[in-house]
Amino acid sequence: MTDILTDVMPASGPVVLEAIHLRKHYAVKRGAFKPPATVKALDGVSFQLEAGKTLAVVGESGCGKSTLARSVTMIEPPSSGQLLYDGRDVVGRTAAEMKELRRTVQMVFQNPYGSLNPRKTVGSILSEPLVINTPMGKPERRERAVAMMAKVGLRPDQVDRYPHMFSGGQRQRIAIARALMLNPRVVVADEPVSALDVSIQAQVLNLMMDLQEELNLAYLFISHDLSVVRHIADAVMVMYLGRPVEHGPKDTVFTRPRHPYTRILMAATPRVNPALRAERVIPKGELPSPLNPPPGCPFHKRCPYATERCAAEVPALRPVDGRLVACHFAEDMA
Amino acid sequence: MPAMPLLDIKNLSVEFTTRAGTFRAVDGIDLTVDEGEVVGIVGESGSGKSVTSLAVMGLLGSNGTVLADRMQFGGKDLLAMSPSQRRKITGKDVAMVFQEPMTSLNPCFTVGFQIMETLKVHEGLSGKALRNRAIELLEQVGIPAPESRLSAFPHQLSGGMNQRVMIAIAIACNPRLLVADEPTTALDVTIQKQILDLLVRLQKERGMALILITHDMGVVAETAQRVVVMYAGQVAETRPVDALFKAPRHPYTGALLDALPERALGKRRLPTIPGVVPGIGDRPQGCLFNPRCRFATDRCRIERPALFDVDAGKARCFYPLADAPVGAGEVL
Repeated sequence: MTDILTDVMPASGPVVLEAIHLRKHYAVKRGAFKPPATVKALDGVSFQLEAGKTLAVVGESGCGKSTLARSVTMIEPPSSGQLLYDGRDVVGRTAAEMKELRRTVQMVFQNPYGSLNPRKTVGSILSEPLVINTPMGKPERRERAVAMMAKVGLRPDQVDRYPHMFSGGQRQRIAIARALMLNPRVVVADEPVSALDVSIQAQVLNLMMDLQEELNLAYLFISHDLSVVRHIADAVMVMYLGRPVEHGPKDTVFTRPRHPYTRILMAATPRVNPALRAERVIPKGELPSPLNPPPGCPFHKRCPYATERCAAEVPALRPVDGRLVACHFAEDMA
Repeated sequence: MPAMPLLDIKNLSVEFTTRAGTFRAVDGIDLTVDEGEVVGIVGESGSGKSVTSLAVMGLLGSNGTVLADRMQFGGKDLLAMSPSQRRKITGKDVAMVFQEPMTSLNPCFTVGFQIMETLKVHEGLSGKALRNRAIELLEQVGIPAPESRLSAFPHQLSGGMNQRVMIAIAIACNPRLLVADEPTTALDVTIQKQILDLLVRLQKERGMALILITHDMGVVAETAQRVVVMYAGQVAETRPVDALFKAPRHPYTGALLDALPERALGKRRLPTIPGVVPGIGDRPQGCLFNPRCRFATDRCRIERPALFDVDAGKARCFYPLADAPVGAGEVL
């Protein structure tokens, strides 16, 4: 098994996917006379994803959530670090092995209006993964597509309809069905419900939880909505500028957040119930440019508790009170 | 006798003529907003909340027809006005902040130009005074280094900063009513919080009335004083904010609140509302919500309910929910 790492939240069940110090750096041109700059979109992310569990990745735009999704789905190789599926490293595989590995992880995108080809019927959208990855014949593919439609709560007689004939919630069901066609073990869902209305959002979340239970799926659930995360996740990883700042079991993180950024995110989430509204910590400023992150703790310029030490020294991710947190003063955040 | 409301709309309907026929997007709504009041309009997509605001602003396209018994702003009849008289009010006394700051600002002009344009048209300012007023406005909406930002183009600013610019343009002429249509939907939560705080601060400082249109129940609950819940072009329920969120009277409001993950702590499955908001061709007979309503009876399926008086407000339901609706009572 892997070495004991102090900055990985240990899993309790069988691990399907493990990321170790995942980094993704991009070179950005700054004009003819300047050297290219580096954007550290992911800067050392480690986690373990268990079968049948949900890890939620939370953060604002620009925090590296989507880059993480692209790395985990093997759309882009990481700059450094390891990605292990069932203990097997993704890096250094042959093309044929990669093709096989890619079947185990599938993706559901944010916008069901943009992620489905408007010129294809639901049947052919759902069959396409089978055409590419399996030797199945046409009748069998169609049979599978129809069965999957029933599973995600769509009427099988709608198999020959086009995406525009469905509502937003139904389209997201189609997108989920497509992701499940190859029996993946991991589904990466990038903001799957944020484009949907509240009542439809609840339907899709219920569907995702039912499917998880039935198929023992592991979800990497990317979202900015903390109340959705609190509902669906088992573990939470809060990211800021490409790094995890707090990572642990859902209840531990939500009941006693130890990182000031987690607290600010929670306080900024609008609540219906007045009793749940946290004290009004008004977040200062905006996310700094990832091209030019501040020295020391990346969050110190927006942090209400920042000291001189925060401006000078990068806090390491370390275990505090049952979770990992990257803050010099995590112990004092009671 | 209470003072006359700032905005007084009675029986407003908006119809769109399409190739498929006439579609009534807004169907007989009443809306009043008092001086200095914050009214939230909530509803799912297709409920007619944005169309209502566009009708108030006079910004509907040529295929939209506005019908109303009464539409008054500050005692003046908006329906009887000529388009040029209406334009004097729009952007000055009634201003609007739109959803997508990135697309509602013109990418070809600097931020400064776009702020000054409003001031030139409505206030007749020019030269140094114009520039100074623009800087002052950027300062008020919390943009750092306002002098240098005047020459920035929208693409050089972040989404949150662009929304601040939109707000600066909207408040440039000291409007008496500000209509904000999903002002924070495209923004991150921390930025959303900043923008909402800014809107509330400006509203208080200036005694301005604010109509906040959103689909986010949390945003309304934290910001508004009175809430109008819309469903399929009609008002389903309108009540003061605390009463509405504590004990909704319309089953739609109740179901909408129950579907929030925030209210379902500890439960595995979220309560859902089956089906979708009825669209152009499939408005049901009777109560518009009856096919999705758990409590619907034969009467609901035949007869369309009027807005009945319930405590502190109105609800369009024959059988308004009692004090402790299912699943909505527990405080967690």
